[in-house]
Amino acid sequence: MQGLGYRLPGRGTGDEGSGRFLVQDVSFSVGAGETLVLLGRSGSGKTTTLKLINRLLEPTSGDVRVAAERAADLPVTRLRRRIGYVIQEVGLFPHFTVERNVGLVPQLDRWPQARIAARVRELLMLVGLDPDTFARRYPHELSGGQRQRVGVARALAADPPLLLLDEPFGALDPITRVELQREFAALEGRLGKAMVFVTHDVREGLLLGTRIGLMLQGRLRFLGTPDEFRRSDDPECKAFMAAA
Amino acid sequence: MSLWAFYARNSQEVLGLAGQHLYLVAISTGAAIGIGVPLGVLLTRRPAWRGPVLGVANVFQTVPSLALFGFLIPLPLIGGIGATTAIVALVLYALLPIVRNTYEGIAGVDGAVREAGRGMGMTDWQLLTQVELPLGLGVILAGVRVATVVSVGTATIAAAIGAGGLGVYIFRGVAVVDDTLILAGALPAALMALAADGLLGVAERRFAWRAK
Repeated sequence: MQGLGYRLPGRGTGDEGSGRFLVQDVSFSVGAGETLVLLGRSGSGKTTTLKLINRLLEPTSGDVRVAAERAADLPVTRLRRRIGYVIQEVGLFPHFTVERNVGLVPQLDRWPQARIAARVRELLMLVGLDPDTFARRYPHELSGGQRQRVGVARALAADPPLLLLDEPFGALDPITRVELQREFAALEGRLGKAMVFVTHDVREGLLLGTRIGLMLQGRLRFLGTPDEFRRSDDPECKAFMAAA
Repeated sequence: MSLWAFYARNSQEVLGLAGQHLYLVAISTGAAIGIGVPLGVLLTRRPAWRGPVLGVANVFQTVPSLALFGFLIPLPLIGGIGATTAIVALVLYALLPIVRNTYEGIAGVDGAVREAGRGMGMTDWQLLTQVELPLGLGVILAGVRVATVVSVGTATIAAAIGAGGLGVYIFRGVAVVDDTLILAGALPAALMALAADGLLGVAERRFAWRAK
């Protein structure tokens, strides 16, 4: 899987009312097997950047490429079905069983039932949930950690080359969070996907990221490996390191 | 004459009027759902229309029902004496609770669920039919329930413009000051309202996902 990169050169999105730029001139690319962690304070534009990639927000300038195709040229639903999306609140459909939640994108893409069922089992095992126990449960019958596991399984369902994760472990209790972070770190290597991972937790970022992108006031302040990040002289990087 | 004796003697007529009453309510509520649900959905997509549309629906609701029936009589096509006019009036009454609850049922769906659905590549139609309407169904049905119960009551007044229904007994009873006659119309109408309330209440709870 070559040529998998996402460039967001010179992008910015204006808040239409005020004309303020929430994100400006952010450029980066992520290859297969890489996890770019977007780190930053609240309001620094991390989530906005993420939503520009799957076009939940439309860029006012610049462009996004997914696997060499311009995101803006693809029908938006097709683009999004190729991009796994995990959010902090999980957003499982409360009226769907775990099985139907995980099989959502394959169902939208009209896979045959048997293939969806097999894929769902495979994914539930991948995220550490026994299919026989959990497939028929409803989201309200799960713990927070289990719900987020289902959220990750759902994002992986159609085997998208790119995964966007917006503070996926942010709402979990500290013990579950560490547990899921460790498992996720192991999963990253096995999956070989390109990932963009938003967090404000610098320890999480250093654990999971192959590269760190530090955002400040809508701009990408620093981009480099975790080691480079640790050694950086940038005051914002230092501020984050002090918090670790 | 006791109520039961009256029913025994006029069973054919009672059943006929009850049937007419049911017909007025069923047709008008059905039409109000057919118009109100799409309209409510539209408001969730065009928030700017919400104020004006709900405002107009609200105005219909505040016009006294007898006056609304009266206003409609001179209108061409939908007006005149009889069931059509009554149905139009009943639809106008039923619209507000259905439109409002459809809007609120959908607007009340958890934003994270909607964002996840959109983020995974659902079209607006898929999001609406697979997520928003099923999750909003409890609230929408609550609106239908209110509309139905109100319609059963309002439909008694339809007798005033010759639409028939159980109101025929009530108006006749008022005219000749006969309590039995009034009760003969009012009692089945009340039972009908209670039955509709109960049945739709069951359906509503069955689909109330949010509580879980």
